[in-house]
Amino acid sequence: MSYLKDTGDIATKEYKDYSTLNLGPTHPATHGIFQNVLTMDGERIVDAKQTVGYIHRAFEKIAERKNYSQITVLTDRLNYCSAPINNLAWHMTVEKLIQCEVPKRAQYLRVIIMELARIADHIICDTVIAVDTGALTGFTYVFQWRELIYEIYEEICGARLTTNIGHVGGLERDFTPTAWAKLEKFLDGFPKVLAEFEKLVTRNRIFMDRTLGVGPISAERALDYSFTGPNLRAAGVDYDVRVAFPYSSYEDFTFDIPIGESGDTYDRFMVRMEEMKQSVSIIQQAKAKMPDGPFHADVPDFYLPSKEDVYSKMEALIYHFKIVMGETKVPKGEIYHSVEAGNGELGYYVISDGGRAPYRLHMRRPCFIYYQAYPEMIKGGLLSDAILTMSSMNVIAGELDA
Amino acid sequence: MINFAADLQDDLGLKYIQNFYPFQMDILVYKDKVKVALEAYLSIENLPSEVDVDFPVFLIPKDKVFNAIEFLKKDPSLSLSFLTTMFGIHYPDHLGQEFALVYQLHNMKTNERVRIRTVMAKDDLVMPSITPIFAGANWMEREAFDFYGFTFTGHPNLARILNMDEMNYHPMRKEYRLEDEGRSDKDDKYFGR
Repeated sequence: MSYLKDTGDIATKEYKDYSTLNLGPTHPATHGIFQNVLTMDGERIVDAKQTVGYIHRAFEKIAERKNYSQITVLTDRLNYCSAPINNLAWHMTVEKLIQCEVPKRAQYLRVIIMELARIADHIICDTVIAVDTGALTGFTYVFQWRELIYEIYEEICGARLTTNIGHVGGLERDFTPTAWAKLEKFLDGFPKVLAEFEKLVTRNRIFMDRTLGVGPISAERALDYSFTGPNLRAAGVDYDVRVAFPYSSYEDFTFDIPIGESGDTYDRFMVRMEEMKQSVSIIQQAKAKMPDGPFHADVPDFYLPSKEDVYSKMEALIYHFKIVMGETKVPKGEIYHSVEAGNGELGYYVISDGGRAPYRLHMRRPCFIYYQAYPEMIKGGLLSDAILTMSSMNVIAGELDA
Repeated sequence: MINFAADLQDDLGLKYIQNFYPFQMDILVYKDKVKVALEAYLSIENLPSEVDVDFPVFLIPKDKVFNAIEFLKKDPSLSLSFLTTMFGIHYPDHLGQEFALVYQLHNMKTNERVRIRTVMAKDDLVMPSITPIFAGANWMEREAFDFYGFTFTGHPNLARILNMDEMNYHPMRKEYRLEDEGRSDKDDKYFGR
């Protein structure tokens, strides 16, 4: 490819020399493996050609040979900034397939975990937008609270990033007293830190100049491109799966769905900002209303028994063996289940033919669907705005490439 | 082909199953409404349809899918104007109907969803692209082309998306053995099929 490329129509005297700029695949400003071949007119972007698939790991194909409990670890690696949402979404999909009702306590505990994951996801996105505009303070300061969220995950499931949290039928264990104490510490401290971060950034002259009107998309175009999640809400459409198709008892909680107006970077930032506050409120409500009872359903064919039972009871040993070896019978059927993940509607479409692995698993990955609007959003803008647009769309390479 | 909701109850015998998803009357009524509208518009009699758990499903002949989706989007009483997802499926055992495409549409105002299925033979994988109706279908169709080999006529850029351009096969088809041929312990029979 030549450095200078001749494009444009000579006859209409709009002939120009455009330069080609290779943004990515491993550019430090793109926060992931994305390649964009930009056609530039000076510093203005004329066109962008995307290449995706650099970290494609064939999850949908692998899932056709894995039994249902083994697929959870694949979902970790979709949006790794909020892995618990993906894990629990998968468990809920399987529960829908086997028609298993999860006890209220497990549902509430799951809500707490998913909202923590949403906060962790939005912390990354919002502080990175601030970093890209030059404010590193928020990134280093607010990230301490993401660390605390990861410690809470660790208390619940033992892992931090790729969590593999929960089981089909519930959670692997109830929250420990340490987990509750850490959650209490988080609920106490995080809103104050978030308020400080907000004070630092949202009315900051430099930040507003860099983000207002940058990378906008109208509600019509966003819907046409099948946007979901904060990016769609920033454009002014109040679609949230938690409200539209409530799962895991979200109908029990009161929360607002923040929406923007112009769908630009500033609106996307503000929508995520407000969603974090709403998530804190949901966690507080779930904690206050936490019902007593078991933390998992009585589904011995799918719920892994505790190790003490495996070593002392025959049934538990049999079920343990069956689950681990993937010998459990799963009903035939086709199920689509979607949840509101950090980036939008994450859906799993499972076709079961009665075998121990799904016949077909399709993942509706929100990033993959909305990232295709990126060239349209950055056209005519500056290169530095394109970087900001990408970080405010929160494109996660793992989810994009599956 | 279509799995009817009743199939879910087949050969289960699992004792803890309750009627967790009560058969939803609203969806049945809505399915009939969409069915009547589609039959009138496409002039098809007895359009195969069912309610699959929480989705009305319609099996539409492949040459009428484009018209059907355009109608469902533009009809003011339905206005299913959001494409949730679309993807392909391969059924090597269904002779003459080896491949299927699934489209899921959503009306965000009334919160109603519809699933459209179409089946086709393996030697006729040409479909009209729905990118003129939904811009977001662009990459979904590229993905279906990449993994299954569907050809979408009228697509602006039908190139491979997640796999490399030099690849000469469609990996999600159920034509390839995943394991070493010499191994007997990972036979398909151990996966219940």
